[in-house]
Amino acid sequence: MNDVSAGARAIMKGATVTRADLCEAVHEQVGLTRQDCSELVERVLELMCQALERGEQVKLSGFGVFQVRAKRARMGRNPKTGEPAAIDPRRVIGFRASQVMKARVDRALSR
Amino acid sequence: MIKSELIAKLAEENPHLTQRDIERVVGVVLERMIQALEEGGRVELRGFGALSVRSRDARAGRNPRTGEPVDVRAKHVPFFKSGKELRERLNAEDEG
Repeated sequence: MNDVSAGARAIMKGATVTRADLCEAVHEQVGLTRQDCSELVERVLELMCQALERGEQVKLSGFGVFQVRAKRARMGRNPKTGEPAAIDPRRVIGFRASQVMKARVDRALSR
Repeated sequence: MIKSELIAKLAEENPHLTQRDIERVVGVVLERMIQALEEGGRVELRGFGALSVRSRDARAGRNPRTGEPVDVRAKHVPFFKSGKELRERLNAEDEG
Protein backbone atom coordinates (compact mmCIF):
# COMPACT_ATOMS: atom_id res chain seq x y z
CA MET A 1 0.00 0.00 0.00
CA ASN A 2 2.74 2.45 0.95
CA ASP A 3 5.15 1.04 -1.61
CA VAL A 4 5.33 3.79 -4.22
CA SER A 5 7.08 1.50 -6.72
CA ALA A 6 4.01 -0.73 -6.71
CA GLY A 7 2.64 2.15 -8.72
CA ALA A 8 -0.59 4.00 -9.06
CA ARG A 9 -2.18 0.94 -10.60
CA ALA A 10 -2.25 -1.03 -7.38
CA ILE A 11 -3.81 1.93 -5.63
CA MET A 12 -6.27 2.54 -8.46
CA LYS A 13 -7.40 -1.08 -8.29
CA GLY A 14 -10.37 -1.24 -6.07
CA ALA A 15 -10.48 2.49 -5.42
CA THR A 16 -13.75 3.97 -4.21
CA VAL A 17 -15.00 6.89 -6.27
CA THR A 18 -16.86 9.61 -4.39
CA ARG A 19 -18.41 12.98 -5.23
CA ALA A 20 -14.98 14.58 -4.96
CA ASP A 21 -13.59 12.25 -7.65
CA LEU A 22 -16.52 12.95 -9.95
CA CYS A 23 -15.99 16.70 -9.49
CA GLU A 24 -12.29 16.33 -10.20
CA ALA A 25 -12.96 14.39 -13.42
CA VAL A 26 -15.48 17.01 -14.57
CA HIS A 27 -13.09 19.84 -13.67
CA GLU A 28 -10.23 18.26 -15.61
CA GLN A 29 -12.20 17.16 -18.64
CA VAL A 30 -14.71 19.97 -19.05
CA GLY A 31 -12.64 22.78 -17.60
CA LEU A 32 -15.32 24.42 -15.47
CA THR A 33 -14.51 25.88 -12.07
CA ARG A 34 -14.42 23.47 -9.13
CA GLN A 35 -17.34 25.38 -7.64
CA ASP A 36 -19.46 24.81 -10.76
CA CYS A 37 -18.38 21.17 -10.98
CA SER A 38 -19.27 20.43 -7.41
CA GLU A 39 -22.68 22.13 -7.72
CA LEU A 40 -23.45 20.33 -10.98
CA VAL A 41 -22.53 16.89 -9.64
CA GLU A 42 -24.78 17.57 -6.66
CA ARG A 43 -27.65 18.68 -8.90
CA VAL A 44 -27.30 15.64 -11.16
CA LEU A 45 -27.77 13.36 -8.16
CA GLU A 46 -30.51 15.49 -6.62
CA LEU A 47 -32.54 15.64 -9.85
CA MET A 48 -32.26 11.88 -10.18
CA CYS A 49 -33.46 11.42 -6.58
CA GLN A 50 -36.38 13.79 -7.18
CA ALA A 51 -37.48 11.94 -10.32
CA LEU A 52 -37.37 8.65 -8.43
CA GLU A 53 -39.32 10.17 -5.53
CA ARG A 54 -42.03 11.11 -8.03
CA GLY A 55 -42.06 7.47 -9.06
CA GLU A 56 -40.46 8.19 -12.44
CA GLN A 57 -37.81 5.99 -13.92
CA VAL A 58 -34.44 7.55 -14.69
CA LYS A 59 -33.15 6.36 -18.03
CA LEU A 60 -29.56 7.22 -18.91
CA SER A 61 -28.60 5.82 -22.29
CA GLY A 62 -25.28 4.01 -22.27
CA PHE A 63 -25.46 3.75 -18.49
CA GLY A 64 -28.67 2.15 -17.29
CA VAL A 65 -32.13 2.59 -15.86
CA PHE A 66 -33.07 3.33 -12.24
CA GLN A 67 -36.60 2.35 -11.40
CA VAL A 68 -38.88 2.48 -8.39
CA ARG A 69 -40.62 -0.76 -7.51
CA ALA A 70 -43.38 -1.21 -4.98
CA LYS A 71 -43.03 -4.05 -2.49
CA ARG A 72 -46.10 -5.52 -0.84
CA ALA A 73 -46.49 -5.77 2.91
CA ARG A 74 -45.32 -9.15 4.18
CA MET A 75 -44.49 -10.98 7.34
CA GLY A 76 -40.82 -11.15 8.10
CA ARG A 77 -38.73 -11.88 11.13
CA ASN A 78 -36.55 -9.87 13.37
CA PRO A 79 -33.21 -11.44 12.46
CA LYS A 80 -31.83 -10.87 15.93
CA THR A 81 -34.64 -12.29 18.03
CA GLY A 82 -36.39 -14.53 15.48
CA GLU A 83 -39.71 -12.91 16.36
CA PRO A 84 -42.20 -12.52 13.52
CA ALA A 85 -42.56 -8.89 12.51
CA ALA A 86 -44.80 -7.15 9.97
CA ILE A 87 -42.95 -5.48 7.11
CA ASP A 88 -44.83 -2.48 5.71
CA PRO A 89 -45.32 -2.03 1.99
CA ARG A 90 -42.46 0.06 0.71
CA ARG A 91 -40.77 1.40 -2.38
CA VAL A 92 -37.34 0.25 -3.43
CA ILE A 93 -34.98 1.22 -6.24
CA GLY A 94 -33.91 -1.20 -8.88
CA PHE A 95 -31.06 -0.58 -11.30
CA ARG A 96 -30.57 -2.26 -14.64
CA ALA A 97 -27.20 -1.57 -16.21
CA SER A 98 -27.22 -0.92 -19.95
CA GLN A 99 -25.78 -3.54 -22.30
CA VAL A 100 -22.85 -1.19 -22.90
CA MET A 101 -22.00 -0.86 -19.22
CA LYS A 102 -22.48 -4.58 -18.57
CA ALA A 103 -20.20 -5.48 -21.46
CA ARG A 104 -17.50 -3.01 -20.42
CA VAL A 105 -17.46 -4.09 -16.78
CA ASP A 106 -17.49 -7.78 -17.62
CA ARG A 107 -14.76 -7.41 -20.24
CA ALA A 108 -12.55 -5.47 -17.84
CA LEU A 109 -12.93 -7.87 -14.93
CA SER A 110 -13.58 -11.33 -16.33
CA ARG A 111 -10.08 -12.34 -17.31
CA MET B 1 -36.64 11.27 -16.87
CA ILE B 2 -34.14 10.58 -19.61
CA LYS B 3 -30.64 11.95 -20.06
CA SER B 4 -31.67 14.78 -22.39
CA GLU B 5 -34.31 15.95 -19.89
CA LEU B 6 -31.74 15.94 -17.12
CA ILE B 7 -29.40 18.00 -19.31
CA ALA B 8 -32.16 20.44 -20.24
CA LYS B 9 -33.04 20.99 -16.57
CA LEU B 10 -29.41 21.56 -15.59
CA ALA B 11 -28.96 23.99 -18.50
CA GLU B 12 -32.03 25.92 -17.37
CA GLU B 13 -30.64 26.14 -13.82
CA ASN B 14 -27.24 27.29 -15.07
CA PRO B 15 -27.72 30.06 -17.63
CA HIS B 16 -24.01 30.97 -17.32
CA LEU B 17 -23.01 27.61 -18.85
CA THR B 18 -23.50 26.34 -22.38
CA GLN B 19 -25.71 23.37 -23.15
CA ARG B 20 -22.65 21.70 -24.65
CA ASP B 21 -20.70 22.01 -21.39
CA ILE B 22 -23.62 20.56 -19.43
CA GLU B 23 -23.82 17.62 -21.82
CA ARG B 24 -20.13 16.99 -21.27
CA VAL B 25 -20.52 17.25 -17.50
CA VAL B 26 -23.21 14.56 -17.45
CA GLY B 27 -21.16 12.41 -19.84
CA VAL B 28 -18.01 12.67 -17.72
CA VAL B 29 -19.89 11.88 -14.48
CA LEU B 30 -21.41 8.70 -15.92
CA GLU B 31 -18.19 7.71 -17.67
CA ARG B 32 -16.15 8.13 -14.48
CA MET B 33 -18.56 5.83 -12.64
CA ILE B 34 -18.26 3.09 -15.26
CA GLN B 35 -14.45 3.45 -15.18
CA ALA B 36 -14.42 2.98 -11.42
CA LEU B 37 -16.17 -0.36 -11.85
CA GLU B 38 -13.89 -1.35 -14.73
CA GLU B 39 -10.91 -0.68 -12.47
CA GLY B 40 -12.33 -3.09 -9.96
CA GLY B 41 -13.47 -0.32 -7.67
CA ARG B 42 -16.82 1.03 -6.54
CA VAL B 43 -18.74 4.30 -6.45
CA GLU B 44 -20.11 5.63 -3.17
CA LEU B 45 -22.40 8.62 -3.21
CA ARG B 46 -23.81 9.47 0.21
CA GLY B 47 -27.53 10.05 0.14
CA PHE B 48 -27.87 8.48 -3.29
CA GLY B 49 -26.35 5.03 -3.22
CA ALA B 50 -23.43 2.86 -4.20
CA LEU B 51 -22.45 1.07 -7.39
CA SER B 52 -20.32 -2.03 -7.15
CA VAL B 53 -19.60 -5.17 -9.12
CA ARG B 54 -20.87 -8.59 -8.17
CA SER B 55 -19.57 -11.82 -9.58
CA ARG B 56 -21.90 -14.48 -10.87
CA ASP B 57 -20.72 -18.08 -10.99
CA ALA B 58 -20.73 -20.03 -14.22
CA ARG B 59 -23.94 -22.00 -14.56
CA ALA B 60 -25.80 -24.30 -16.88
CA GLY B 61 -28.47 -22.28 -18.66
CA ARG B 62 -30.93 -22.95 -21.43
CA ASN B 63 -31.68 -21.26 -24.68
CA PRO B 64 -35.16 -19.99 -23.87
CA ARG B 65 -36.33 -20.43 -27.45
CA THR B 66 -35.09 -23.92 -28.19
CA GLY B 67 -34.68 -25.31 -24.69
CA GLU B 68 -31.13 -26.40 -25.57
CA PRO B 69 -28.72 -26.48 -22.63
CA VAL B 70 -25.93 -23.89 -22.85
CA ASP B 71 -22.96 -23.18 -20.63
CA VAL B 72 -23.11 -19.69 -19.15
CA ARG B 73 -19.66 -18.54 -18.09
CA ALA B 74 -18.89 -16.69 -14.86
CA LYS B 75 -19.68 -13.00 -15.14
CA HIS B 76 -19.15 -9.69 -13.44
CA VAL B 77 -22.25 -7.55 -13.26
CA PRO B 78 -22.82 -3.97 -12.05
CA PHE B 79 -24.92 -3.71 -8.90
CA PHE B 80 -26.63 -0.67 -7.34
CA LYS B 81 -27.67 -0.35 -3.73
CA SER B 82 -29.71 2.70 -2.85
CA GLY B 83 -28.49 4.90 -0.02
CA LYS B 84 -30.29 5.22 3.28
CA GLU B 85 -31.40 8.78 2.68
CA LEU B 86 -32.88 8.01 -0.74
CA ARG B 87 -34.70 4.96 0.65
CA GLU B 88 -36.15 7.13 3.41
CA ARG B 89 -37.22 9.81 0.95
CA LEU B 90 -38.97 7.22 -1.21
CA ASN B 91 -40.98 5.97 1.71
CA ALA B 92 -41.50 9.21 3.59
CA GLU B 93 -45.12 9.89 2.61
CA ASP B 94 -46.35 6.54 3.95
CA GLU B 95 -45.23 7.42 7.44
CA GLY B 96 -46.28 11.09 7.02
